[in-house]
Amino acid sequence: MQEAMIRRAKELLADGTVNRVLGWQRGEFVYDVTPAVFASPDELDASFVYNDFCGANLSKYLVAESRKEGKVLAFLKPCDTYSLNQLTAEHRVVRENIYAIGLPCEGKADVEALKAAGAAGITGIADGGDTFTVHTLYGDQTVAKADALAERCANCKSKQCVTYDELLGENGAVQNSHRFDMVEQLENMTADERYAFWQGELSRCIRCNACRNACPACTCEKCVFDNPQSGIANTAPADSFEEKLFHIIRAFHVAGRCTDCGECSRVCPQHIPLHLLNRKFIKDINELYGPYQAGADVAARGPLTDFTFEDCEPSVVHERGVN
Amino acid sequence: MQRIGVFVCWCGSNIAATVDVKQVAETLKSEPGVVFAADYQYMCSEAGQNLIKDAIRDHKLTGVVICSCSPRMHEATFRKTAAAAGLNPYMVEIANIREQCSWIHKDKAVATEKAIILGRAAIAKVHLNAPLTPGESPVTKRALVIGGGIAGIQTALDIAEAGFPVDIVEKQPTIGGKMAQLDKTFPTLDCAACILTPKMVDAAQHENIHIYAYSEVEEVKGFVGNFSVTIRKKARMVDPVKCTGCGLCTEKCPMKKVPNEFNLGMNNRSAIYIPFAQAVPKVATIDPAYCIKMKTGKCGLCSTVCEAGAIDYTQQDELVEEQYGAIVVATGYNPIKLDQFDEFAYAQSPDVITSLEFERLTNAAGPTAGTLLRPSDGKHPHTIVFVQCVGSRCDGGKGKSYCSKICCMYTAKHAMLTREKYPDTDVYVFYIDVRTPGKNFDEFYRRAVEEYGVHYIKGMVGKVAPQADGTLLVQGSDLIENRQLRLNADLVVLAAAIEPDASARPLATKLTASMDTNDFFTEAHPKLRPVESPTAGIFLSGACQGPKDIPETVSQASAAAAKVIGLLVKDKLKGNPCVAHSNEMMCNGCSSCEKVCPYGAITYVDKEFRMPDRTTAIRRVASVNPAVCQGCGACTVACPSGAMDLNGFSNSQIMAEVDAICK
Amino acid sequence: MQVNEKEFKPLIVAFCCNWCSYAGADLSGTNRLNYPANVKIIRVPCSCRVNPMFVLRAFQRGADGVILCGCHPGDCHYTTGNYYTRRRMTLLFSMLDYLGIERDRTRVEWVSAAEGAKFAATMNDFVATVTRLGENKRLEDLRCKKQ
Repeated sequence: MQEAMIRRAKELLADGTVNRVLGWQRGEFVYDVTPAVFASPDELDASFVYNDFCGANLSKYLVAESRKEGKVLAFLKPCDTYSLNQLTAEHRVVRENIYAIGLPCEGKADVEALKAAGAAGITGIADGGDTFTVHTLYGDQTVAKADALAERCANCKSKQCVTYDELLGENGAVQNSHRFDMVEQLENMTADERYAFWQGELSRCIRCNACRNACPACTCEKCVFDNPQSGIANTAPADSFEEKLFHIIRAFHVAGRCTDCGECSRVCPQHIPLHLLNRKFIKDINELYGPYQAGADVAARGPLTDFTFEDCEPSVVHERGVN
Repeated sequence: MQRIGVFVCWCGSNIAATVDVKQVAETLKSEPGVVFAADYQYMCSEAGQNLIKDAIRDHKLTGVVICSCSPRMHEATFRKTAAAAGLNPYMVEIANIREQCSWIHKDKAVATEKAIILGRAAIAKVHLNAPLTPGESPVTKRALVIGGGIAGIQTALDIAEAGFPVDIVEKQPTIGGKMAQLDKTFPTLDCAACILTPKMVDAAQHENIHIYAYSEVEEVKGFVGNFSVTIRKKARMVDPVKCTGCGLCTEKCPMKKVPNEFNLGMNNRSAIYIPFAQAVPKVATIDPAYCIKMKTGKCGLCSTVCEAGAIDYTQQDELVEEQYGAIVVATGYNPIKLDQFDEFAYAQSPDVITSLEFERLTNAAGPTAGTLLRPSDGKHPHTIVFVQCVGSRCDGGKGKSYCSKICCMYTAKHAMLTREKYPDTDVYVFYIDVRTPGKNFDEFYRRAVEEYGVHYIKGMVGKVAPQADGTLLVQGSDLIENRQLRLNADLVVLAAAIEPDASARPLATKLTASMDTNDFFTEAHPKLRPVESPTAGIFLSGACQGPKDIPETVSQASAAAAKVIGLLVKDKLKGNPCVAHSNEMMCNGCSSCEKVCPYGAITYVDKEFRMPDRTTAIRRVASVNPAVCQGCGACTVACPSGAMDLNGFSNSQIMAEVDAICK
Repeated sequence: MQVNEKEFKPLIVAFCCNWCSYAGADLSGTNRLNYPANVKIIRVPCSCRVNPMFVLRAFQRGADGVILCGCHPGDCHYTTGNYYTRRRMTLLFSMLDYLGIERDRTRVEWVSAAEGAKFAATMNDFVATVTRLGENKRLEDLRCKKQ
């Protein structure tokens, strides 16, 4: 795939369709890839990479890239195409300035999952088709790729690219995933248990803003948390409430717009399962207002900018069985 | 820092009996920014207002807090007071310590403490108030009336008489509406045509009125005082200027088998037609669905016989754009379709007719030239059964839950006129209730019963079954005698419920005017502003707002005209300054706000911004039209970046109130 | 700080829309219908003006319950505002519940300008509910709490 991508990128650069390429750049380790913009075939040859660790959602970079001179080529995984659609719907990207190539995706690996599978002291990882051969300080270890999938990929919502100018390979289909199982588990706990769970998770937050910075729905010109006029500006949590405030408000601001790409949890250095907040909103929206997938359709009206006369009352929350 | 004055009103003993007003004034005086505090018996009295004015001047106040009754009571009063003393009226905030404090609490200590907290919240808010100036927008001194029935005609005539130009847009080839189809009108029994057609002619001849007949509203843009409306003039295939209305073409037209909608399909007309003799404008119209020339290209007879040379088969729809200051909706009503009421055999028998069809059957210009004849065999009916509330007050899905209001009276009229003209006819009326509120209405109904011998039967008809002998077997219940009735009728007349015209719903969308679940237009206030739509600049006339008879329709039409005139005499409109505004530096241009705005007040512009690194960037940003925005604030919450805020109720003001209350 | 449940008087912030519920609150005053003084009303033009941030802010600053009152659905002065309120608050309350914050600390109630009695009854009921829950500890900011 990587060779095909580089070949196609060079062609599009050569024929002038695009003047730069948004992709992933090789890092220190195999799992350590970074999104990058490549302006020439030489740069592509030197460091362009596409492997099982290219999990980053590139759509968000298009907010800035699509406003620059000339067209940019973007390689997008199915997840990323949902984000691109959502950004297009919100006029945050200039779609005409983007040449999107949709990629098939069988899920991306999570180095943390490898470590959890017992690989300590990783020095290198070799791709063995369905497996990874993990070189560690303590010898080699073989881990099935399926066991190393990131949570969001194990519960993949869709392998379908929903917007692209060109596809490399076959387009996939919307998946029947179990992504709401964890949310449901939490819902079935008592309020005290939920409180304890989230207190435990959110109290680890160091307000590094990685979730916000990676999130393709968080593209505000100025975030309310950075704006002294908003009344809720803060940069570091001074107490347990403010961690919650930040994450509740952030989840609410992306509610109905979040495509569930899972970047927030991927980038969180404290491993807080932030996607469970967004998924709660998605699950509620699906259950209360009908199935809705942000980014699936550019023309769709978001559930929070819409209503029906027959909508349920907020008291449905209070009428739920378990507390 | 603001210089704030606090004024605590006793409201006689209304506040002072349960709130220690002196302590409230004393305590609030030490709040930051407060430079003056006073209490007074009646702050709204002239002396009280003078106290405020003097304090504003003497203490150079920049903000005023009045602890008094509800702002819904006297906010406007105190704003005027402040303005009179040279302070921006929007620098005044009210702490409601009467309705929401002294009147609901008995314990003086508790009420006093609460009054102080409410005062603090108001002070916290005033600290963040900014002077606001209402925007001004010019007024286009021209009105549009949509619908040319009696409601539209009356509204147009009244506005035109006041000296303002008015356009009437009517989708039919002629104005006149439903009233033109009626025979006599209750309770005076004067003929509808005799009182309507002169008004139609008045409208046509009035120098201030222009009639767009056979036209529809295509698009509406703008806002109160500044509407821009695109009107579609549908192609008549006849030049209305050249056509003299002689009617020769309609006589010569070989296609004469077109159901005549003016007579509700009870007879036929030609493919080129003039709806009725007194049509205004009296211009022929070609019905392209039936015209042989339009369908096959052959014929052209009307063109040959037309001496004026008015026929033009190549005519196309024409779009015209006009500017208006006010729009009146007068789209009227229709009887509901009775397809779903199988029990009355409307679809099975031609002798089961609606009341409007009955009007045509008794009208001298109708299909039977005014002689009441059965549609099936053209014989005189000797037993007629009228059924009221067909689809009205009907809780099942197929009817309307409301009372159609006019049926009781027109049924009494029909029954009475039948008995007068054909005394040998037995007339029965089945009713649930007879509702006759209205001047001389009950007297009229009683005359039908007492003088004309109409048999009124309280009860509903369960079934109408056509019989082999051509009669209709009517089965109903008589609730007063407590028995089942079986009547053999020659004619059954159904008082079908009325509903808003089908064009009303799409029109409401174009106008952003709200409707109720029955598709009647909603009034701005059901009691106090019954002829205005909640959307500024849109007014309601006639049955589009709810079922109405002619006198009521005409009253409302004139009332709507008065409101329009009141608007059009103004040179400039002052807006409400408490409107939303977008901070361009923070706006993402994401369109969330636009989607939730009920008034279409938000548009987007591409704007060039200087970026920190001395480059420029073009960004899409929201822009609020303050003349259209009504200040609900829906957009402020839809906005994720907080770029959208509301004057007078800003994010920081409300949060300051929250903080003050929770301190 | 030990709070005796008998003495505990919860602080309630009530956001009321100007056209219906604020008028309904005025009417309950006009009719001298009592409800506890710890209910403090903030006037907003429409219930749809209430940002979830305001609700959280109130809790942060020590409110024990937050209630929103607006026109009945279909009666909004701005025609559609309360429909948005309904969705927003349903989702917000659900999220708070999900985070383990007592869901009975939040409420939305539709109160018309004619429903003074309903306003008072609603407030009495809400105060009683929140009183049973006790002090809000899960969403408060201790720095802002009165000593």
